[in-house]
Amino acid sequence: MCLAIPARVVALPEPQTALIDVGGVRKRVSLALVDGVLPGDYVIVHVGYALTRLDPEEAARTLATFAAAGLADVPVTEAAQ
Amino acid sequence: MRYIDEFRDGALARRLAAAIAREASPARTYHLMEFCGGHTHALSRYGLKDLLPANVQMIHGPGCPVCVLPIGRIDSAIALAARPGLILTTYADTMRVPASKGLSLLKAKARGADIRMVYSSADALRIARENPGREVVFFAIGFETTTPPTAVAITEASAGQLSNFSVFCNHVLTPAAIANILESPEVRELGTVPLDGFIGPAHVSTVIGSQPYEYFAEEYQRPVVIAGFEPLDVMQAILMLIRQLNEGRAEVENEFTRAVTREGNAKAKSLVAEVFELRRSFEWRGLGEVPYSALCIKEKYRAFDAEARYGLEYCAVADNKACECGAILRGVKKPTDCKVFGTVCTPENPIGSCMVSSEGACAAHYTYGRFKDVPVVARVAA
Amino acid sequence: MSGVLPDYVRPVDFKHGRVDMTHGSGGRAMAQLIDELFLRAFDNEWLRAGNDSARFAVPAGRMVIATDSHVVSPLFFPGGDIGCLSVHGTINDVAMSGAAPLYLAATFVLEEGFPLSDLKRIVASMASASRAAGVPVVTGDTKVVEQGKGDGVFITTTGIGIVPEGVDIAGDHARPGDAIIISGTLGDHGVAIMSQRENLSFETAIESDTAALHGLVAAMVAAVPRIHCLRDPTRGGLATTLNEIARQSRCGMLVRERELPVKPQVSAACEFLGLDPLYVANEGKLVAIASAGDAAPLLAAMRAHPLGREAVIIGEVIEDPHHFVQMDTSFGGRRNVDWLTGEQLPRIC
Repeated sequence: MCLAIPARVVALPEPQTALIDVGGVRKRVSLALVDGVLPGDYVIVHVGYALTRLDPEEAARTLATFAAAGLADVPVTEAAQ
Repeated sequence: MRYIDEFRDGALARRLAAAIAREASPARTYHLMEFCGGHTHALSRYGLKDLLPANVQMIHGPGCPVCVLPIGRIDSAIALAARPGLILTTYADTMRVPASKGLSLLKAKARGADIRMVYSSADALRIARENPGREVVFFAIGFETTTPPTAVAITEASAGQLSNFSVFCNHVLTPAAIANILESPEVRELGTVPLDGFIGPAHVSTVIGSQPYEYFAEEYQRPVVIAGFEPLDVMQAILMLIRQLNEGRAEVENEFTRAVTREGNAKAKSLVAEVFELRRSFEWRGLGEVPYSALCIKEKYRAFDAEARYGLEYCAVADNKACECGAILRGVKKPTDCKVFGTVCTPENPIGSCMVSSEGACAAHYTYGRFKDVPVVARVAA
Repeated sequence: MSGVLPDYVRPVDFKHGRVDMTHGSGGRAMAQLIDELFLRAFDNEWLRAGNDSARFAVPAGRMVIATDSHVVSPLFFPGGDIGCLSVHGTINDVAMSGAAPLYLAATFVLEEGFPLSDLKRIVASMASASRAAGVPVVTGDTKVVEQGKGDGVFITTTGIGIVPEGVDIAGDHARPGDAIIISGTLGDHGVAIMSQRENLSFETAIESDTAALHGLVAAMVAAVPRIHCLRDPTRGGLATTLNEIARQSRCGMLVRERELPVKPQVSAACEFLGLDPLYVANEGKLVAIASAGDAAPLLAAMRAHPLGREAVIIGEVIEDPHHFVQMDTSFGGRRNVDWLTGEQLPRIC
């Protein structure tokens, strides 16, 4: 449910509006639901509205968790990739 | 795409799969429900089942707002669209849901109703402003993720004194649905269908936070792990649930820390509280009447409530007798257990709610997983 | 003293004029429209002859005929318009049999009230596409319908061509073991169209890939005359085309998601809208199926051509009594790639 995607805020062209970029595609979305958004921030966008900011540190931490999973069990050949 | 591609990495997937295989105890089966339709879709689209051991079973929950929308509500939407001069705006998801008398919004459109697909509630407002002489109704559906955008539209309409705009509200609530599943007769009987743990919805949780799930973990003694939207998130959440179950814990854990906090989005929540209130009861397709599970528009904003404005009367319509959606939504049966699955009931011709949306359990299995049902295995030529 | 010349004929007002019922009536207004618009744009010996049909000699060989109607909305989109689309589309249909396209016919159904400036733009685009492809529009027809009974303009194009000796390409020729090759990136056209629709527009223009593929096909057939199948994945996308061929050839297919070429912007737009690039229309790409041994020379020939630079092998034909098209996901699992259900609509859920 709730197709939402992380998008980078490129600019704030009008009050309560952000110009966001995903993979080179740009769109305007409403900031009515999130305060204090700045260009360079990442937000989660759903049906034309930013729902929340994305925390880059937590994202990095989560990715590191994936990478650490099962490390002990990975066969030598695969780990060498 | 940043924060998307990294969470779909195949090499990391293999690592997580290895960890799951190692930590899942061969002595038991793990029955995990992913509540959210988006997670159902991710599981099917990426073929995640292939990466899980046989004793980790995923059960698809009712978290698909289109699937659980009763036929009677679509009938009301079609009736609205049939009113002369009225413009019905809707998310595209509802267009093909079959309603009574062989109709759907798509078919009603073909017969001349002015039904317009919009990407956002903001577009519906714009259409209302651009057509001051016509009544415009926004067909609002969705769980807690989609409710704040509707609230914004209503408050903006109110502030702008837009007199030709109203909302047909069908917003539903996640915790109520989870409670309904956990309290259903089959689940309460131990030994029928054990539901060991839940993968909590991703984007609903960005709004409501992780706190509302604490009640379920405590009351029903089942772990909940809130998972992000990407396949690696789902796999990590499965691993976390397995660990909780192995350790005898029943806590709420958050895998989606990059977007979900315990409190959620306070601004969005207060805006929703400003505009909406709880309905005493609401019919969910496949689940029947569920108390305090849906929202209606408050008295203060009644001018923007399409149900009040047009005197809509709801008529419940029963599902086809052969339809097993109720059992499937509660995790008691699988799509392939349904007699009409894949024959009478297909994505082209959906009989019940689980086939209606691409995230429904039956539609997902039909579209992505059907090749596993056939006894003959396709061989790659030498 | 009158400044008007004795043989003055008021020209068609292409700036502000609109189509009206007289343009389809067969009378003077229609003749003038044909003369000042269609003849002037397409300008060739057959149209200049002024007959209701075009006469030509055909080289010996097996002839191919294909026809297509074009009802695209919006009429103008990034990278093209209904005009060049109608020329490319039929040239491609002819080319998919391995044939060299020779001539085109074009019919127009115009809606009363349609701006002549738009019509002129469309016809100019068709003429340009036709000339660039070397395939003339030699005959045609025009009709006008009342306002409200047509979406501006509907164009139908029919094309004929000749299939070279030794070439036998058809949808039921795929065999287990064959390689499946795609000529370039997926989903460009469909996303360009959808992003122009009201309420779905992006600020980044993704361009349609509309193109005439007969040059690419000629190069392919010269390198590998025994190509088994060729098809352009238009409506319904690659998924539909593969399922069609699988059914016709009574076999299965296995493709690898990792190999599928998709532009990052198209991928991003699909994410926004909840679309799957596999089901999104293409108008300048083709799928080729050939025996495993022919795959390498075919790929080389494709990559040497400007319209095939990004050609890549995406999978194999396999034995499968159920004729499923399956895909190994980049994630590691396997799934069906099923037929398209209904129309691909954006989703929020």
